Amino acid sequence: MAHIIIIGNGMVGYKFCEKMVGRHAGHTLTVYGEEPRPAYDRVHLSSYFEGRTADDLLLAPASWYAENNIRLFTGELVTAIDRHARTIRTHSGKVDHYDYLVLAMGSGAFVPPLPGTDRDGVFVYRTIEDLNQLQDYATKARSGIVLGGGLLGLEAAKSLLDLGLETHVVEFAPRLMPRQLDDAGADILRARLASLGIGIHTGKKTTAITGMPHVDGLAFDDGTALHADMVVISAGIRPRDELARACGLSVHARGGIIVNDSLQTDDANIFAIGEVALHNGMIYGLVAPGYDMADVVVRQLCGDNTACFTGYDMSTKLKLIGVDVGSFGDAFGETPGSVPIAYTDKCNGVYKRFTISADGKHLLGGILVGDTRPYSLCHQMVINQMPLPGKPEALILGEPSAEAAGAGLKSLPDTAQICSCENVRKGDLVRLIRDEHVHTLDGLKKATKACTGCGGCTPLVNDLLKMTLETLGVHVKKVICEHFAHSRQELYDIIRIKGIRTYNELLDNHGQGDGCEICKPLVASLLASIWNELVTDQDTIQDTNDRFLANIQRGGTYSVVPRIAGGEITPAKLIAIGRIAAKYDLYTKITGGQRIDMFGARVEQLPDIWEELIAEGFESGHAYGKALRTVKSCVGTTWCRFGVQDAVSYAIRVEERYKGLRAPHKLKGAVSGCIRECAEAQSKDFGIIATEKGWNLYVCGNGGARPQHAQLLVTDVDDDTCIRYIDRFLMFYIRTADPLTRTATWLNKLEGGLEYLRDVVVNDSLGIGASLEEEMQGLVNRYACEWKMVVENPVLRARFRHFVNDDSADDTLVYAPMRGQKSAADWDNKNM
Amino acid sequence: MELHDQTQPSAISTSEEAAATGWFRAARVADFPEDGGMCVKYGSLQIAVFNFTRRGEWYACQNQCPHKMQMILARGIIGSHQGEPKVACPFHKKTFSLRSGQCLNGDEHSLTVYPVRVDDGYVYIGVGAEGL
Repeated sequence: MAHIIIIGNGMVGYKFCEKMVGRHAGHTLTVYGEEPRPAYDRVHLSSYFEGRTADDLLLAPASWYAENNIRLFTGELVTAIDRHARTIRTHSGKVDHYDYLVLAMGSGAFVPPLPGTDRDGVFVYRTIEDLNQLQDYATKARSGIVLGGGLLGLEAAKSLLDLGLETHVVEFAPRLMPRQLDDAGADILRARLASLGIGIHTGKKTTAITGMPHVDGLAFDDGTALHADMVVISAGIRPRDELARACGLSVHARGGIIVNDSLQTDDANIFAIGEVALHNGMIYGLVAPGYDMADVVVRQLCGDNTACFTGYDMSTKLKLIGVDVGSFGDAFGETPGSVPIAYTDKCNGVYKRFTISADGKHLLGGILVGDTRPYSLCHQMVINQMPLPGKPEALILGEPSAEAAGAGLKSLPDTAQICSCENVRKGDLVRLIRDEHVHTLDGLKKATKACTGCGGCTPLVNDLLKMTLETLGVHVKKVICEHFAHSRQELYDIIRIKGIRTYNELLDNHGQGDGCEICKPLVASLLASIWNELVTDQDTIQDTNDRFLANIQRGGTYSVVPRIAGGEITPAKLIAIGRIAAKYDLYTKITGGQRIDMFGARVEQLPDIWEELIAEGFESGHAYGKALRTVKSCVGTTWCRFGVQDAVSYAIRVEERYKGLRAPHKLKGAVSGCIRECAEAQSKDFGIIATEKGWNLYVCGNGGARPQHAQLLVTDVDDDTCIRYIDRFLMFYIRTADPLTRTATWLNKLEGGLEYLRDVVVNDSLGIGASLEEEMQGLVNRYACEWKMVVENPVLRARFRHFVNDDSADDTLVYAPMRGQKSAADWDNKNM
Repeated sequence: MELHDQTQPSAISTSEEAAATGWFRAARVADFPEDGGMCVKYGSLQIAVFNFTRRGEWYACQNQCPHKMQMILARGIIGSHQGEPKVACPFHKKTFSLRSGQCLNGDEHSLTVYPVRVDDGYVYIGVGAEGL
């Protein structure tokens, strides 16, 4: 049992801890990180500007370290190592003794020696703090330059683009991504990026950063200049080796702590891993080799002296600003006698180049731009030195069909590495599927951690799962869970045709076991979609939100959203909401759907709050249900000088019609009064846009994590026709969609796509139009406000309490003040 | 004593009584929903009690989900996994065995579970002779 100190809490330092914890070797770990927060995902840093928060990027919360008995010091910079005493000292004067020391300080941005790098508005792109500063400065900037056109530089360019700046990339080499791409591949990439409005300037030697005191651009050695309001330097990385240098460890003149195959420095008790380590003359600036190094040192420290690091394959596949790029093996054809074959399609922005061995029998490497579908398979062929299945040109001309992919996967040897982040081999996965009966992707992820790092191997693992199951003769059927051997659509038909009204009746006759948290809410949703009886009748099969008719929030309190159809509300009703929220001390916020959300209600307060809202003329807004949420509207001809139709009145009519409609997932609608589209109808499940002659109906859009624009279903229809088509569209979706599938995903999977949907809804090709409309009308007729039912029914109302044997409230609830209101306490701050 | 005698006060035993017998009389059977749970207050402790009507069984466990420390499990959906009775936390759908308290999603968290006895229309939680 030894005390191991890890200096550096980046991705590789974290991975070391994770792997060590998994070994249960009994060592004690202490981690010192100079950044203020625990290790986060630096690979996906640019997603910070797409709305992911710093917390989302964390690899594990601080509590994870505590739970695993790891002492973690963040914001603590180690300033010296005393090798003789085996101690480290931090900037705050803390001294700590180690048995083994692991150096994982990573790298910092390399800032070239140029005049002007200290100007206001010059940034590097490395940490969340860098990003925060960059984001602040960008609010007053119109344009930005990224100095460096490599992988990281293009990531930085994406961030500037996301911040809404006019973006330029300047690269010294004659092409972008000089280490991964050849001239022809870089040309295709350049064209694709230029079409996104990014200015690309290659072969430019920068001589100075200009402007005083604020940066105003770059000057080049050819006498030209480029003007911009900010500059981001991304010219490479520099290993953070200063601690090692100061304590006398061997460090390379150009940076990097020199390590042997065991990743030991010249002090046998000190190891170096990740971007700070120089192995065999090479710094590995990618996360996968860093993870591999962490694994090697963990194994060494757990007594496996055979563990060693022998270098790493630097193949990469990634999406850069929406363009797929891959580079693997001998990408540039440096093997003597090798033959390149290449394919360029400038129209579609696709480039493929393969390096073939002199005898034409083996693939040695390649470059892919614009289409990286062949990457996984080709990369495997290179690593495992498999013979080419056919003529080399088939690589370029043949579409990678599923069959070919299957054949390729089949011929991979069991030793083929499928997941390089976690070093998972094909044999490991096949054995789990075949012998341990792990038949789901989730199960495989849990058992091996494959797909959990960069995620790049997910499609390959999925294909391998499908293929192995097929060879085992396992019939892969979409079933709900272990309790029902049916798809959602089959259950829908069974319930409707057999007239089943309760969950237990369905389980008794068509299922097995006792049900679970997957099938219960699903059947509840189906029963609601088909019969529209109150969800309160079978409350314990509902998800908690539907059971308590409110949205559960951190801490276990609920939020309440009354319906405000079309976003139209009288001053008197606004005052009523304010009065009620103040009375119950609720946090209020305007929602994205033009309504008002009231947070922090305790379960026993809900019926009282609803009673007061109902007395003021409100009803449930169904914000808690997989149901119609809102129909957003712009103000239309009611007030707007541009409006061509009365959008508000129509939105209210549509919302009133579909309110409370339960569906496979939540539903949102919008109505815009003219072509300017202020209601953002094209981001909704159904969006209606006014024309001079009537309405255009768009369907199957959504916002959220994977935004998708709605598509035009029909043009210039009148009020009633538009509603008939929405009736048919929604009912068809409700009948046929998989569970928890929004309309956009449903349409993506629908055979025949939009054309087929239009045939069914508009041309009534299946002859079911009338029955869809009739079914919808039945649901509309049976609508009742669920809140009112609870308020008026003493038995239902009695269920809204925290303790069955005590009238008091949950005394463990904790709130935190927030800008004059209250908010839920953080997960970790609730110490009960 | 009638099973659903509404005139009978909801006679909940005191902690002294519970300590003496080892069983805490929590509430009436009729106070629990079918195939669902309610939270019982025992001193400063919160215990989730489930009426698993479908199996004719009763279970009790701590009300706090150990994943994010939320007092919520009594409001979770119950069911079974290969015959093992379980409850799913409403927050992030972590599931736990109601028999052993083990997390069924491979996490190391687990729940404290308690024995339950039904007698004369009342639900009793086994808190041990010393109380809890």
